[in-house]
Amino acid sequence: MSYMLEGRTGSWEIVVGLEVHAQVISKAKLFSGAATAFGAEPNSQVSFVDAAFPGMLPVINRECVAQAVRTGLGLAAEINLESRFDRKNYFYADLPAGYQISQYQMPVVGRGSIEIVLEDGSTRHIGVTRLHLEQDAGKSFHDRDPVLSYIDLNRSGVALMEIVSEPDIRSPEEAGAYLRKLRSILRYLGTCDGNMDEGSMRADVNVSVRKTGEPFRTRCEVKNVNSIRFVMHAIEAEARRQIDVWEEGGEVEQETRLYDPGRGITRSMRSKEHAHDYRYFPDPDLLPLVLDPAWVEELRSALPELPDAKRARFIREYAIPAYDAGVLTVDQAVADYFETIAKGRDARLASNWVTGNLFAAMNETGRSIENPPVSAAHLGQLLDLIADGTINGRIAKDVFEAMVETGDAPAAIVESRGLRQVTDTGAIDTAIAQVLAANADKVAEYKSGKDKLFGFFIGQAMKATGGKANPAAVNEALRRALS
Amino acid sequence: MALDPATVRRIAKLARIRVTDEEVTRLQTELSGILGWIEQLNEVDVSGVAPLAGVSHQRLPMREDVVNDGGKADAILANAPARVDHFFTVPKVVE
Repeated sequence: MSYMLEGRTGSWEIVVGLEVHAQVISKAKLFSGAATAFGAEPNSQVSFVDAAFPGMLPVINRECVAQAVRTGLGLAAEINLESRFDRKNYFYADLPAGYQISQYQMPVVGRGSIEIVLEDGSTRHIGVTRLHLEQDAGKSFHDRDPVLSYIDLNRSGVALMEIVSEPDIRSPEEAGAYLRKLRSILRYLGTCDGNMDEGSMRADVNVSVRKTGEPFRTRCEVKNVNSIRFVMHAIEAEARRQIDVWEEGGEVEQETRLYDPGRGITRSMRSKEHAHDYRYFPDPDLLPLVLDPAWVEELRSALPELPDAKRARFIREYAIPAYDAGVLTVDQAVADYFETIAKGRDARLASNWVTGNLFAAMNETGRSIENPPVSAAHLGQLLDLIADGTINGRIAKDVFEAMVETGDAPAAIVESRGLRQVTDTGAIDTAIAQVLAANADKVAEYKSGKDKLFGFFIGQAMKATGGKANPAAVNEALRRALS
Repeated sequence: MALDPATVRRIAKLARIRVTDEEVTRLQTELSGILGWIEQLNEVDVSGVAPLAGVSHQRLPMREDVVNDGGKADAILANAPARVDHFFTVPKVVE
């Protein structure tokens, strides 16, 4: 089951740790009253603090601290009631202060854990080392001028949570599962929107390789990978590169690299040569961050039900398969939708309709669960029409398609299109008599032992009733007619 | 502890300060003096004393999550050495 890469000298295990930067959902920035909204006019959401004007002092945003604590609680992590802010010093054009306010030695959140579920259904716990609060930098645009970079400081000072994992990840699949699970937890908590394409969640990937049973070898950091797919590709590309270096008798050097998705390789980021000398020191502008235990408890008691708990409850309460429960609980809105229609109905059927027909209709129409192609109330009514025998399962699929098209209630569609199930045995008997009369040769074959033709007769009889007949009634009537 | 010239140059480079050879000699003496003083402080036995980040014994004050700043790109850019529209511009820095 373990993932290994084959080299010239044998198999290699990969070792991966992830540092995820998650943009905190808050109205204002971490240390200023400027707005955080995405896509505003350049430098329109910048205070003098964010632009590092001399003498400006940071004042921390309570909600950003609350969001970090909520996230820590959601990761079953230790909350440090006293933490501290440090300055991380480096020069870059979009970092006006020449340092980033971060938490180095005393982060607000300590050790936690994330449970991941793999394709084969097995689960693993990936350790979380820490979570700390820090400022984001501004944004540079290098593509608007041949010799200039443009700088927009709107993002400068927006709160980020850096969530660091233990080097517990052993395959690209596990890295993908970890990121999806973390994103799901953040979205449930409402602490980060998890949109990697807008940059509100980005990952730095630490990769090393080793032979089975060895201690860790030197790692490289692949910076700023902005999709789960690219993280998985970058891990494999970087591991392959390191295996080649080791197998050619070389030495992997600890360095920062970039992933080039176009070419599927990582390359060295030479400008960061001195970057690891950040000369951290406590920020003299900020006192220690001291949390009131009662406030932490208040935040804990207001947490929503999280994906793992919801998944376990769905398996227990609705008796649906673990896989389905996992799919239904990735997104809180999907879980809510499912519960609306499953309550008091056949939950397994409800699950099949949501993960099958509804998801397919969402893909086709490009609509989201927040604005679904069929409302939960209408899908529930459709299940009721199946349950009380008004329509059969095959017709239900047609009704569903009409619901997607028209937005009408299922009962109205069934009435206006005359799709009500035919349970009248007289009508069914008539249809069967016609089918048998029209296929006398096949009836003879059936009677001489060709049993498979039974299915053919069922199909013809259903067709003769426009698909509306009750399949069980047709089956029974046909057996009677052929005996 | 005496700093060698290479370390002084490295510190200056990290701080983006250009130093002449004469300045390196002078800074070597000055920085070594500061480090010597820190070493002297290190002689104090602080075992069993929790590290202190401030002496005021105050808690970090917090602000509410309210947008009450920004919307002043012209003021932010007023002293920019170079700009295009409402962007700062710098010589191209690209990975």
